[in-house]
Amino acid sequence: MSQHERAATHFSLNESLLFEEGSPGRRAFDLPKLDVPARSVTDIIDPKLLRNDVPGMPELSEVDVIRHFTRLSTWNYHIDLGLYPLGSCTMKYNPKINERMARLEGFSLAHPHERVESIQGALEVQKALEECLAEISGMDALTLQPAAGAHGELTGILMIRAYHESRGNPRKKILIPDSAHGTNPASAAIAGYVVESIPSNKRGTIDLEQLRKVVNEDVAAIMITNPNTLGVFESEIAEIAELLHSHGALVYMDGANLNAMMGITRPGDFGIDVLHINLHKTFTTPHGGGGPGAGPVAVKKILEPFLPYPVIEKTANGAYRFNDDRPQSIGKIKAYNGQFGMHVRALCYILANGAEGLKEVSEVAVLNANYIRAKLKDAYAIAYDSPSLHEVVFSDRVQARQDVHVWDVAKRLMDYGFHPPTVSFPLIVAGAIMIEPTETESKRELDAFIDAMLSIAKEAEQNPELVKSAPHTTRVGRIDEAAAARKPILRWRPS
Amino acid sequence: MRYIPNSQADRGQMLAEIGIDSIEQLFAGIPEKLRLRRLLNLPRALSEPELLEYFRQRASRNQVDTPSFIGAGIYRHYIPIIVDALISRSEFYTAYTPYQAEIAQGTLQAIFEFQTYIAQLTGMEVANASLYDGSTGLAEAFLMAQRVTRKNRFLMARTVHPEYRAVVNTYAKNLGIHIESIDYTPDGRIDLEKLESKLDSNVAAVVVQSPNFFGTIERIHDIAEIAHKHDALSITNICEAMSLGILKPPGEDAAENRTADIVVGEAQALGVPPSFGGPHVGFMATRERYVRQMPGRLVGMGKDFSGRRGFVLTLSTREQHIRREKATSNICTNQSLCALMVTVYLATVGPKGVREICEQNILKTDYAVAQIQKQTKHRVLFPAPRFNEFVVESPLPVGLSLGRWYPELKNARLLCVTEVISREQIDAMVRGLTA
Repeated sequence: MSQHERAATHFSLNESLLFEEGSPGRRAFDLPKLDVPARSVTDIIDPKLLRNDVPGMPELSEVDVIRHFTRLSTWNYHIDLGLYPLGSCTMKYNPKINERMARLEGFSLAHPHERVESIQGALEVQKALEECLAEISGMDALTLQPAAGAHGELTGILMIRAYHESRGNPRKKILIPDSAHGTNPASAAIAGYVVESIPSNKRGTIDLEQLRKVVNEDVAAIMITNPNTLGVFESEIAEIAELLHSHGALVYMDGANLNAMMGITRPGDFGIDVLHINLHKTFTTPHGGGGPGAGPVAVKKILEPFLPYPVIEKTANGAYRFNDDRPQSIGKIKAYNGQFGMHVRALCYILANGAEGLKEVSEVAVLNANYIRAKLKDAYAIAYDSPSLHEVVFSDRVQARQDVHVWDVAKRLMDYGFHPPTVSFPLIVAGAIMIEPTETESKRELDAFIDAMLSIAKEAEQNPELVKSAPHTTRVGRIDEAAAARKPILRWRPS
Repeated sequence: MRYIPNSQADRGQMLAEIGIDSIEQLFAGIPEKLRLRRLLNLPRALSEPELLEYFRQRASRNQVDTPSFIGAGIYRHYIPIIVDALISRSEFYTAYTPYQAEIAQGTLQAIFEFQTYIAQLTGMEVANASLYDGSTGLAEAFLMAQRVTRKNRFLMARTVHPEYRAVVNTYAKNLGIHIESIDYTPDGRIDLEKLESKLDSNVAAVVVQSPNFFGTIERIHDIAEIAHKHDALSITNICEAMSLGILKPPGEDAAENRTADIVVGEAQALGVPPSFGGPHVGFMATRERYVRQMPGRLVGMGKDFSGRRGFVLTLSTREQHIRREKATSNICTNQSLCALMVTVYLATVGPKGVREICEQNILKTDYAVAQIQKQTKHRVLFPAPRFNEFVVESPLPVGLSLGRWYPELKNARLLCVTEVISREQIDAMVRGLTA
């Protein structure tokens, strides 16, 4: 297929910065008239504490604002437009009903410090979500407080620390496989631990025998991603957990890849003690162009006393309440109790699916990934020959012979109308191309993507310059990132 | 399942292409003893009409119609309709983090505009692309000040939001950070003498909030000057970002030593609904010379190779995906969509609108205070100038009880009056206090 069968170019309007568009006297907003006696603010507050104006802030009309952001919006790729094959990111369709439910005024206007009788609906939603996530993950208790995946990691590691401290020794080290997300070591460091990297074996998984040599009483925990960032299930996970437990250490799991296993296998059943869950991946809360996310943390009973406070409890008369009285808690990890708007959306998604639906989600996600693997494996080198679950990792080994690298393939995909896959990650694969299609893509969409990838592989052989200079059809070309970082311009200033 | 496009026939074809007979074979890598051989025990699947009913019922169990006069870090201001109309565009809310700049210019330019607005409002040189919220933002400010100064001792006002202080403690306790609390005076502001007496060259930073948790406006420029005299950084936390529309911002003063080094806060007040505590949007602004120590994403303006203006995530060598355990922070996401809400909100209300809103907040709050003083027996505490919150000594259930955080104020309650509260509602509240 030529690129023109899938993507055609179409005009997009140029648009200045808001600050270049303002014109004095325009307005997009009116306030009701003041209904208390008018006075000068300077009679109430010392003028020395006041500012005269906000220099540079533009005056715009309502139509100006609408046109500005609508034009900007057309410059974005997004999941409602097409496949977003970002490995480890689980870019799936975000059901519209989720958005509508989170905007119900009873939710969007609720304040967490209201009297408990006035917030029963919100507490019930949070408790229901906790119960669903506990069942899906096979864990005993949850906190919904963390704002994102990395925030959940920090929460989990702090709980591990509190657990060890309660037994007299916080221990020193966290073991992390070299295939892990960068947030894993960064979170461990903020919790005050030293990070020890564990090399992967030839299958791309953790080497149990190597691990035996490094696990000792200094190790607080191992942080595992399962299936790992290669999309491979750690088949010795139960033995790994047993090894860590035999030394009094715990097992943390990064739940980024839960989309591969719902109703198939449960972290709680294979020895995981702490797990964070990315609601913005598996549970369809929108990515929003980079957040908000939500990163609930699920734990086994032994860690329950250390959960951030408050926890939600159901009282004997069936009412819900926040309980702050948690003497062993790690404390608060965020003000209030988490990204509630995301909790509504995630619960809505779980209830839309039910048990059979969620299992089907994981089955089709894995099927779609394996279909891509089967269709592309002759054109692109498979990084590790282990069986793939929900994502598949290739390398640019074949294309690199023509000096065409992952970034070139990624950028060329844009000309075919696709968002690129995750590239250059995991770090253990040179020139990694990590593809996760998710279950919400049709065979037709997958076939178009496969055709594009095959066509680019051919171009890399026959016309490598075409690929290396891509993208050719986007409204801007590759940005000179080195120049942008040398002398960063991070805000508009009047010229 | 309605969100899965592939039919059974499609799936059959795909299995044939892969060369297997069943999806089950794809899970062969998972040991049998670890397989779940039962269905998850979840509520049955609901159709769309049933979902609507389920959530409408629960939403109706929250009471949001009568004003409760509670602010305390979450503020109900009017949000123009176009904010939700624009952020509901799929192009914004279903997009990923803008790592691929060529097809994410919309998000990138909008974040650049957010950074500019935050810099303008705070009077600071640069701002980042947003943080999870104000409380975690404040914790990040501590970590940043520790990196900049290589010192571990901090002085923090007791009038900083108590939940924020709790979050800071959670972050700080394993990093050798030592925090001393500085008490307030009867006028409801930080005790400047006590602050000065505790300061020495070992202090990394002085941390205050303005308007503080009691709603009073701190003398942040004097505090910055005092901090700098002792070689400490000045960190200002702002929970009520609307106030920046009228109060002299921490970054603005003729003398550089009277301006803050780090301004951090919560921008929920600017166009983001309360939503039971989140998602909201933290912000952080600083001096240009500290930008490489700042956590979180940053969008920079640049050029593509044919010279066209474009925007791109920049200075990412600070971040976890490159630096791993040596990163400035473990943060990966920002709160992009909420930052967009703030950007659209500020574009809509404009400089005149934000000033008028601030004036109404101040005047209505002043009216409420005057009415309580005139018509009730209850004492209004803390006479320092206020923005939109104040503290009343009263056992009656209005506003938020302060006793759980301030034992000495166990009979005191924190009240908030914004532009969405009418005079009738204020009068009714005051009548309630006379009862």
